[in-house]
Amino acid sequence: MIETNSLTKIFKIKKGADIPAVVDLTLTVREGEVFGFLGPNGAGKTTTIRMLTSLIGPTSGTARVCGYELGLNDQDIRRSVGLLTESPGMYDRLSAAKNLAIYANLYDVEDVEGQLKKYLQMLGLWSRRDDPVGSFSKGMRQKLAICRALLHEPRLLFLDEPTSGLDPEAAKLVRSFIEDLRSQGRTIFMCTHNLNEADRLCDRIGIFRTNLIEVDTPQNLRLKLFGRKVVFHLRSVDPSWIPLVSSLEGVSDVSLIDNKLVIALENPANQNPHIIRTLVAQGADVQFVGELRRSLEEIYLQTMGENQDEVAKS
Amino acid sequence: MKHILIIIKKEWAEVFQNRMVLFTMIFVPLIFVALPLATLYFTGQSMGGDVAGDLADVPAGFLSECGTDMTASDCMQVYLINMYLLLFMMLPVIIPVTIAAYSVVGEKTTRSLEPLLATPITTFELLAGKSLAAAIPAIMAGWLSFGIFLLGLPMLGVSQVVFRYIIGPTWLLAVMVAGPLMAIAAVNFALFVSSRVNDPRVAEQISVLLIIPIMAALFAQLAGIIVIDLFVMLSYIAAMVLVDIGMIYLGVTIFERETILTRWK
Ligand SMILES: Nc1ncnc2c1ncn2[C@@H]1O[C@H](COP(=O)(O)OP(=O)(O)OP(=O)(O)O)[C@@H](O)[C@H]1O
Ligand SMILES: [Mg+2]
Repeated sequence: MIETNSLTKIFKIKKGADIPAVVDLTLTVREGEVFGFLGPNGAGKTTTIRMLTSLIGPTSGTARVCGYELGLNDQDIRRSVGLLTESPGMYDRLSAAKNLAIYANLYDVEDVEGQLKKYLQMLGLWSRRDDPVGSFSKGMRQKLAICRALLHEPRLLFLDEPTSGLDPEAAKLVRSFIEDLRSQGRTIFMCTHNLNEADRLCDRIGIFRTNLIEVDTPQNLRLKLFGRKVVFHLRSVDPSWIPLVSSLEGVSDVSLIDNKLVIALENPANQNPHIIRTLVAQGADVQFVGELRRSLEEIYLQTMGENQDEVAKS
Repeated sequence: MKHILIIIKKEWAEVFQNRMVLFTMIFVPLIFVALPLATLYFTGQSMGGDVAGDLADVPAGFLSECGTDMTASDCMQVYLINMYLLLFMMLPVIIPVTIAAYSVVGEKTTRSLEPLLATPITTFELLAGKSLAAAIPAIMAGWLSFGIFLLGLPMLGVSQVVFRYIIGPTWLLAVMVAGPLMAIAAVNFALFVSSRVNDPRVAEQISVLLIIPIMAALFAQLAGIIVIDLFVMLSYIAAMVLVDIGMIYLGVTIFERETILTRWK
């Protein structure tokens, strides 16, 4: 669906240094995938989306979007993708329905009325369709912008911070909406600062700051950065058990936190029973066993931290 | 073509709700109609016997414009009305500039330009839609106020000869051809300016500079340096055609999607 090759965007500012917003981005997003694009403010996420929707031209590098070559078939790219822009950008003086109708017509949608009704109802704005957008709250505008991005039923959807400014309930609505879109087989490229959201929704995640630092499934990112760790809650711990457990096969690290043994393992499913037997044989009372789950936030911060170190070194 | 119509409709739906724009669209033409009518009314009344003295104010070069069938009073009126001819040519510059200035800069400040540019619309369609949306009302306002002006003339008791002069070729060319040509130049210039600045008022002020040449013509005529006759009008129209071609070319080549989206200075 999306294939980029060394995509680079350098903003030239008269006088003063150039701003490298995106440098050498090489990335593939597969059809039907929800791809999360994470990175700090100013990382170049919006710039990347703008390039991929052919709003701004890359300084260098190439990309194919929906099978069309960026720079050659821009018209076709614009026709086939949907874009939720960073700010909703509606015509405040016009009604919600009028706003959408303008876009539906520009996208040459055939059944304008039908599409308007479908999406306004889905996002709970149908009863407000004749009110001027100027009277809408931030969240309502955001929902309206989501409707706008979908009117022409694009197969590829770019969402720049879809849940920013939404209350928890509305954010949940939008998230389940995104899940619906995925189940319809659409490809979604989304930027977000909400890491739980990315964790829940995305098949793969790219951690990005000017260039791509890591890209993988949330699961693999956890493994790659932290390995798999299992926590054994014991009633009490005898320090002599630590070297004993460490010496077992497949155990790479053991640490003690209060009454908990945190054990890094290659394959918990195979090794846990063996560890439990060993501990019980030593007289330990095993109360709970569970996998130590890292939040995506920890992964993100860890990645950013390492990247910062590398940047500092170089 | 369909996209151009959508843009025009959208512009009108939006722009005509802007008080500033509506005010310019209604108030300015009204003044421009009222001024010459009032002048005619008062000169017609004051033209008593002392005609020779009045005619001394008319530049010698202009006397040739007055037909042999005109009385001195008629000639004086024609001279005065000709000053206002230039007002009717200014109308199609002032009105579209306000609309065009708000149309691009307005979309920049509300950030609605980005989703608009993300649609399959071409730059040409967008530009054409925006220019026509601004030029059509301006041309209409120009023609309409000229129509009202014409209707008002007989009521003021203007003589047949003067009336015939006003619906003669110089005036008709000015209102019907030169006006629209000026509107097109003004709109394209305003669109060009407003794609480069971020404040609609600045865009408007820069674009309104276009009326300077008309003002210059007005003063030149007052000073008796030029006489706007058929020949001057035709030359002016020829020049405007060239200016229009240049402006449209400038607009289409310089109006880059990327620049208007990313330039924030
Ligand atoms: N029009 C522009 N002109 C100059 N520099 C720009 C322009 N747009 C973006 N930049 C620069 O490019 C860099 C990336 O900006 P971008 O908006 O892509 O970040 P982002 O990842 O979307 O950030 P955020 O999370 O805050 O939305 C920033 O340093 C920004 O200053
Ligand atoms: Mg952004």
